[in-house]
Amino acid sequence: MSDYNFAYLDEQTKRMIRRAILKALAVPGYQVPFASREMPMPYGWGTGGVQVSAACLVPEDRLKVIDQGADDTTNAVSIRRFFERTAGVATTGRTAEATLIQTRHRIPEEPLTRDQILVYQVPIPEPLRFLEPRETETRKMHSLEEYGLVHVKLYEDIARHGQIATSYAYPVKVEGRYVMDPSPIPKFDNPKLESAAVQLFGAGREQRIYALPPHCKVVSLDFEDHPFEATKADHACDLCGSGTSYLDEVIVDDAGGRMFVCSDTDYCEGRRDAGHRGRLAAINQEDAA
Amino acid sequence: MIEVSGLCKNFVLHNQGGAVIPVMRDAALSVAPGECVALVGASGAGKSTLMRMVYGNYLADAGVIRVGGVDVAQAEPRAVLALRRATLGYVSQFLRVVPRVPTLDVVAEPLLALGVARDEARDRARDLLARLNIPERLWPLSPTTFSGGEQQRVNIARGFAHAYPALLLDEPTASLDAANREVVLALIDEAKARGAAILGIFHDEAARDRVCDRVVDVTRFMPGLAA
Amino acid sequence: MTPLLQVNGLTKRYGARIGCADVSFDLCPGEVMGIVGESGSGKSTLLNCLAGHLEADSGAVVFNTRADGPRDVRLMAEPERRMLARTDWAFVHQNPRDGLRMGVSAGGNVGERLMAVGARHYGGIRGQALDWLDRVEIAADRIDDRPTAFSGGMQQRLQIARNLVTGPRLVFMDEPTGGLDVSVQARLLDLLRGLVREMGLSAVIVTHDLAVVRLLAHRLMVMKSGHVVEAGLTDQVLDDPQHGYTQLLVSSVLQA
Repeated sequence: MSDYNFAYLDEQTKRMIRRAILKALAVPGYQVPFASREMPMPYGWGTGGVQVSAACLVPEDRLKVIDQGADDTTNAVSIRRFFERTAGVATTGRTAEATLIQTRHRIPEEPLTRDQILVYQVPIPEPLRFLEPRETETRKMHSLEEYGLVHVKLYEDIARHGQIATSYAYPVKVEGRYVMDPSPIPKFDNPKLESAAVQLFGAGREQRIYALPPHCKVVSLDFEDHPFEATKADHACDLCGSGTSYLDEVIVDDAGGRMFVCSDTDYCEGRRDAGHRGRLAAINQEDAA
Repeated sequence: MIEVSGLCKNFVLHNQGGAVIPVMRDAALSVAPGECVALVGASGAGKSTLMRMVYGNYLADAGVIRVGGVDVAQAEPRAVLALRRATLGYVSQFLRVVPRVPTLDVVAEPLLALGVARDEARDRARDLLARLNIPERLWPLSPTTFSGGEQQRVNIARGFAHAYPALLLDEPTASLDAANREVVLALIDEAKARGAAILGIFHDEAARDRVCDRVVDVTRFMPGLAA
Repeated sequence: MTPLLQVNGLTKRYGARIGCADVSFDLCPGEVMGIVGESGSGKSTLLNCLAGHLEADSGAVVFNTRADGPRDVRLMAEPERRMLARTDWAFVHQNPRDGLRMGVSAGGNVGERLMAVGARHYGGIRGQALDWLDRVEIAADRIDDRPTAFSGGMQQRLQIARNLVTGPRLVFMDEPTGGLDVSVQARLLDLLRGLVREMGLSAVIVTHDLAVVRLLAHRLMVMKSGHVVEAGLTDQVLDDPQHGYTQLLVSSVLQA
């Protein structure tokens, strides 16, 4: 395999991280501080998620890494390769086959099961940060459940844009207690936060881990007269025809031509394999041929 | 209604070597309901000082100042405030108001402070301002820019807005023309008729002779003479 | 009448220096207490100790709570104290920038306290914000502007609206008219007086402006070197000051 300890981190570090994870699972939505290590990648590339994954991986695991829904972007490829080298675990692109999924900015379309762990890379774990810059104050606000400020942010959205314009990193309240930043996933994914899988959030630079145990209650914050809406582009996927998945808009030429495709590449492929076709699927296949 | 006895007052000037200036010794007077009593005496004899002490504006060093059952000389600030709100009115020579407040509200304010409804308080204020010949176009304006005579009349209207059982008047007819002087004297007569006890300073002797039942010469309360 | 606030022997030291020493007074509903003194006299220290921004060394600050009657605020748990601070209490800072969220619209500033106590209806919150902007004489079409676009006087009025929207019973004010030009001051004084009367507010106002306390405060405390040297009816203290320091203070005012 390699000269590295299994999954790169030494065992003491992994135990430290696991303790943080257990505490995070016991207090859903609460940000647990942990002694984040220097990883062989820059901050912002998923150092928090990688450490959480490293602490969770066992040799039998099958790992999937996605970045913005895709398995083949730089960040996903390099993290997948990192664990192939340092842990020697099997990897996969198929959501259903994976036992541990590390993700950046998306939740897979396919519902996760109780046998899976979803690890999020988190840039800024503090949902109150942009409203209240003082860490001492935000900690106090969490401990005293003073969350009026989060609604001030949503109020500002409506006042300025006529609707809640926050479209990603949309704040949620967990089990009626902690307000949590679900990481920069689109708000379309917020309903999927109530899941059968264990969901772990790792912020490396900010040294915080938080978690959602299976089936815990996650409510997206809103107003009575401006209820939360999980929005997406008003299109069907141009490749697989799905009308219910989250879409990326892709500019295809210099003349303003564009297409909408599933952001979850595995989901899209699975549908096409099953014979579903979208508006531009034929053209796309010709191009490929 | 107003009973003063054994009243003494010294001014102590701490910043001028602690100089003690005795200004009043054993002052005593009483004013019955429906009676108007004038304070007389040379300038500097202590007329205003005595009046201010009755109002609680100056502290007394000794003695009793009983107004409607409250001893102003001993009362807590809160009790003095309650007395001023409901029982003891004061028309001073100077109008002291928050700039920008309309004249109508300045006059209505004593009633509002007593919890009278806004409309009712304003109606009463309109009546008084009209009687005192303040042109209606001035009512929405702040009195701070008015002439001396106008300010004085606004001050009187304010002082008579509520039917205080006891009233202190400091030169109420000064700087008024004959017509307005008549209105003020009529107001004083009406107050007496409803049973108000009035203590006043009137340099205007004719006015004094018309409305006052008695005079009290404060010169005899001057410490120099007593000693 | 049960006083709304009873302060007993409140003392705060900064090391060997005295911030404020052995201050006692009580305040009934609807009363306004003025605290005057020169810079460094301890008046702001006292105000901050009362409001819980500073921890006093000894003494009691007993507030008549709606739920449980008189309670010593200094012995309350922090959540309770903070709850009090955003419901029944208000604090108006001298510099509106300290009391406003400068990056949040006027409506959001006014609505924050409502949302903090659970308001979740956007239309309702906005309606109340509009009502309060009107009461402090800020035009309705400025509701979505940020305070950075407001004049100093408007910012101060916005701060007052933001503080009073939850119907507090006690307001602490630290030089509320400081830094404003005189015409704006007058407008603010008029507004404050009206609000005090209409809402039955009690207030503790710290200022060095004797004209302000004469118009606003029922009672007055004069502070020097951390001690209350004189207290009483406002006009009596100003017109017949007994303590040497008060006499100096009153005689030092420039006549306009």
